[in-house]
Amino acid sequence: MSAAAHATSAPFAPGDRVRVRTAFPPGHVRTPHYCRGHEGVVERLCGHFPNPEELAYGRVPTAPCALYRVRFPQRALWPDYAGPAADSVEIELFDHWLEAVE
Amino acid sequence: MSQSPKDPGDVRGAIEAGRRHHDMGGRDAGPVDRSQHAHDPWENKTDAILRLLADPARGPVMRIDELRRGIEEMGPGIYDELSYYERWIASIATILMEKGVLTADEIGRKIEDVRARHADAPPRREGFGGGTR
Repeated sequence: MSAAAHATSAPFAPGDRVRVRTAFPPGHVRTPHYCRGHEGVVERLCGHFPNPEELAYGRVPTAPCALYRVRFPQRALWPDYAGPAADSVEIELFDHWLEAVE
Repeated sequence: MSQSPKDPGDVRGAIEAGRRHHDMGGRDAGPVDRSQHAHDPWENKTDAILRLLADPARGPVMRIDELRRGIEEMGPGIYDELSYYERWIASIATILMEKGVLTADEIGRKIEDVRARHADAPPRREGFGGGTR
């Protein structure tokens, strides 16, 4: 896939259910530990950005990655959450951290 | 959410869970200090240095992602002991050494120069950092 095609590729759309990969890589990652393995809903595509996991080591990726804002119910992330059931938390996550939920 | 991130006994558990020390979101951390405070001049200077180094017009020399990586690699202990801008300047030094912009010897000699210049000045407060976390 060319860099130009990659720059506009966005496998997920608002409303899609996604799961954060249960992965624990070393190095600089921007995916909070507390949301890994959890399911959420894509709220929006934020745009395409160079992968910070590469930038952190001085490498500039040629193909930007899709970044999504994903919404999770607070109670799903925090079983002892005492606030209203409708409360949510939104986390910005890169495409390669997400997998589709059937 | 039962243990403080500063609890040394928590380090092994965090490693086993695949959680790196800096990744503290949602963990108990005690009361939040909401007091306002002025930055020390060296803290403003540290902020300015990073902005200049990260300016695309200068390359950039280093990126904010590299600054974060350098801070995250401090691990438990140093990460907790240093103030916010102490973490910044320590990471900036590490990254600039990695990139060959500065050598450890150059930084060491400069620190000696500055110490000598301030040898007669009384310390303004405990330690050398501000209160910024």
